[in-house]
Amino acid sequence: MTPSTTPAIELIGIDKRFGPVHANKDVTLTIRQGSIHGIIGENGAGKSTLMSILFGFYQADKGEIRVKGQPLKIRSSSDAIAHGIGMVHQHFMLVDTFTVLENVVLGAEGGALIGPALAKARETLTHLSQDYEMDVDPDAIVGELPVGLQQRVEILKALFKGAETLILDEPTGVLTPDEADHLFRILGQLRDQGKTVILITHKLREIMAITDHVTVMRRGELVATFETKKTNVEELAEAMVGRRVLLHVDKSPAKPGVVVLDVKNVTWKDKKGIARVDNVSFNVRAGEIVGIAGVSGNGQSELLDVIAGITRPASGEIIFEGKSIGQLADPRHLREEGLAHVPEDRQHRGLISSFDASESGILGWHYDESLGHGFRLDRDKVVARCTKEMAEFDVRPGNPLLKSSKFSGGNQQKIILAREIARDPDLLIVGQPTRGVEANERELGLRMAGVMREAA
Amino acid sequence: MSARGELRGWADVALIPVLNLVVALLVSGIVVLIIGESPMEAMWIMLKGAVGSIKGWSYLLYYSTNFIFTGLAVAVAFHAGLFNIGGEGQAYIAGLGATMTGLGLEFLPWPIVIPLAVLMSALFGAFWGWVPGYLQAKRGSHIVITTIMFNFIASSLMVYFINYWLRPVGKMAVESRAVGNFDFSTFDLTGAYIPSLRELSLAIFGYRLPSSPLNPTFLFALAVAWAVWYLLWRTKLGYEIRAVGANTDAAVYAGIRPQKIIMVTMAISGGLAGLLAVNEVLGAQHRLVLEYVQGAGFVGIAVALMGRSHPVGIVLAAMLFGLLYQGGTELSFAKPEINRDMIVVIQGLVILFMGALEQTFRPWLEALFFRAED
Repeated sequence: MTPSTTPAIELIGIDKRFGPVHANKDVTLTIRQGSIHGIIGENGAGKSTLMSILFGFYQADKGEIRVKGQPLKIRSSSDAIAHGIGMVHQHFMLVDTFTVLENVVLGAEGGALIGPALAKARETLTHLSQDYEMDVDPDAIVGELPVGLQQRVEILKALFKGAETLILDEPTGVLTPDEADHLFRILGQLRDQGKTVILITHKLREIMAITDHVTVMRRGELVATFETKKTNVEELAEAMVGRRVLLHVDKSPAKPGVVVLDVKNVTWKDKKGIARVDNVSFNVRAGEIVGIAGVSGNGQSELLDVIAGITRPASGEIIFEGKSIGQLADPRHLREEGLAHVPEDRQHRGLISSFDASESGILGWHYDESLGHGFRLDRDKVVARCTKEMAEFDVRPGNPLLKSSKFSGGNQQKIILAREIARDPDLLIVGQPTRGVEANERELGLRMAGVMREAA
Repeated sequence: MSARGELRGWADVALIPVLNLVVALLVSGIVVLIIGESPMEAMWIMLKGAVGSIKGWSYLLYYSTNFIFTGLAVAVAFHAGLFNIGGEGQAYIAGLGATMTGLGLEFLPWPIVIPLAVLMSALFGAFWGWVPGYLQAKRGSHIVITTIMFNFIASSLMVYFINYWLRPVGKMAVESRAVGNFDFSTFDLTGAYIPSLRELSLAIFGYRLPSSPLNPTFLFALAVAWAVWYLLWRTKLGYEIRAVGANTDAAVYAGIRPQKIIMVTMAISGGLAGLLAVNEVLGAQHRLVLEYVQGAGFVGIAVALMGRSHPVGIVLAAMLFGLLYQGGTELSFAKPEINRDMIVVIQGLVILFMGALEQTFRPWLEALFFRAED
């Protein structure tokens, strides 16, 4: 057999359970050498688990992995690297205080003295940068580089270690459109040089733009593999969700009322004194939905934090229902005034993963008299409230005593939404309402937002 | 990458501590073997000394009382994500509050003075915990460093106070006068003297118990353990403490002010450590003695770790350490080769395995469990 016909990777009958969760059900997948292969699916579909098995983070309960036709046991990531598999994680595995060069040789220092490895790496790095249009200063400190460049360092690191197959987990999540385009160009060149790329994503557009083949996963199962040229977005979305998807919401025209929120010339500066929110003004009227759009990292998160009273603006004023919140600037007071906030980073902020659902379900409202008089927190009332909210919002599993971390992203989202909406707020601010939410739950979220608008 | 899964509740709560304890005892056994004694015999002497007699049990419970207070102190701070190493100093300073109340009001009857002395113990301890809390919250000084330093400050301060303020003129021993009187025949029951169970049973029932410093503070400690549980899981403040400890970002989002919680938690933690003075100063020694805490503040760290920061676990862990203390003392009497330092080594091993190496067997156990379940 010639190398070009031997598949780069074969996964045969991969099966993996985590306790009661069947993360991968008998997945068989062939990835052709020299191709870009997309793996797409909703959150929790098992994409990341499958790739973690390939990269040696987990062991499959059943099944076989073949690399270039050779059956292998991959017990750790170093096994995977030794067999030419490299991975670029969603959250970069880089040492911020090291230079690019030092990061690249990390794990491949080759002896007690770092000098020779660095010299060799510098040479290789120059070649790689030229070959793949990846211009990175080897002596730059990684922490000072923009995210797009940090990602390139990750890719260079994998290539330096001899990766023939590169796995990228949600690579564009942190990138601007320009940076994403550049990444795709790099991936294209990698393919042209005979490398194999596996792209995990839940963005249909990326799949269509760059991949040769696409595999759809749903609930741990492999649904189908398509040739990208012969499929379209609708077909893929259907395969992901298992039915037709509503990609737009039927909504009645808005009837805006009085101004609820008035943001006037708000500027917020980070610790380095850089204005992340620069002189922003807008207002929100009752009965309307105002979207704040932009590539993430352009200040939306910071703006929401300022509005929610978590951080204080350096200058400017925010008027909420006629009162200046610049002075109050306390999430608790703002909640009492009728401002609800579904934070962008739900798992790290919206709830407390080690708390059970009922306790996460009162976060921010925990001091309320309805949950117990005075200093007391009445456990029965807390659980009862959560049970009720879980039923209303169809949270699954509907068990208020289950740890918050055990719920899927979408269900966590519902727990938070239920909590924030339950108090009938005058203004609901939602950061990234669809992040980490499965497509069909996304519809629910949007519809809920619609309901809110009618109610407000 | 996250762990492969989590252990079942019972394995997490019971199996790991028991396994750690067994390993600690095995290693201790080897040490005993090295110095030429039989580990089984040594273990038997320890067990018999601690739980083989009423006297043994009395001492066990008396030691446990101290460890419950210091264990709870460490645990409350843990729940807010704070590592309070200063239980030793907080308890020591609290002795000053207890003693000053007892000495200052020694003419008043005990039902007034004892509650006041208990309160002052807690308040003095709370203050000594609050200061590092304040420094952490407002100045960013790390609590581990400051609480350790505060142990030394407490130690020096107390030498000064006992020597120059509290030591009666002409007395050699560095200790204060008695904090109260207990003479049942003349009904001289004034000041902050908490009688031992032996004294109580002799006075009330005329029954002579074996001598031990065990006093009603043990029951008080159990009540405090319950109160800590209630605070953490049934009050809004407890919710805020746990929220700050589990996820500060989420707490800030919820409108909780971590700085405030850090200070309040450290005060509560210090106050709990301070209650040790009730057992020691009011109940056992009846006076303020130099270095009276004797490491109980540090044992509290191991107790809290072993008890998984839950009051029930802490009471049980405190009793285990009470057993080790009492059994160890008996062992050093019975076997001159196994001296007091040996006992400290054994206790140290238990602390090492229960506390510092607490997670050692976890991955291994998890792997075992998940293989068995598949």
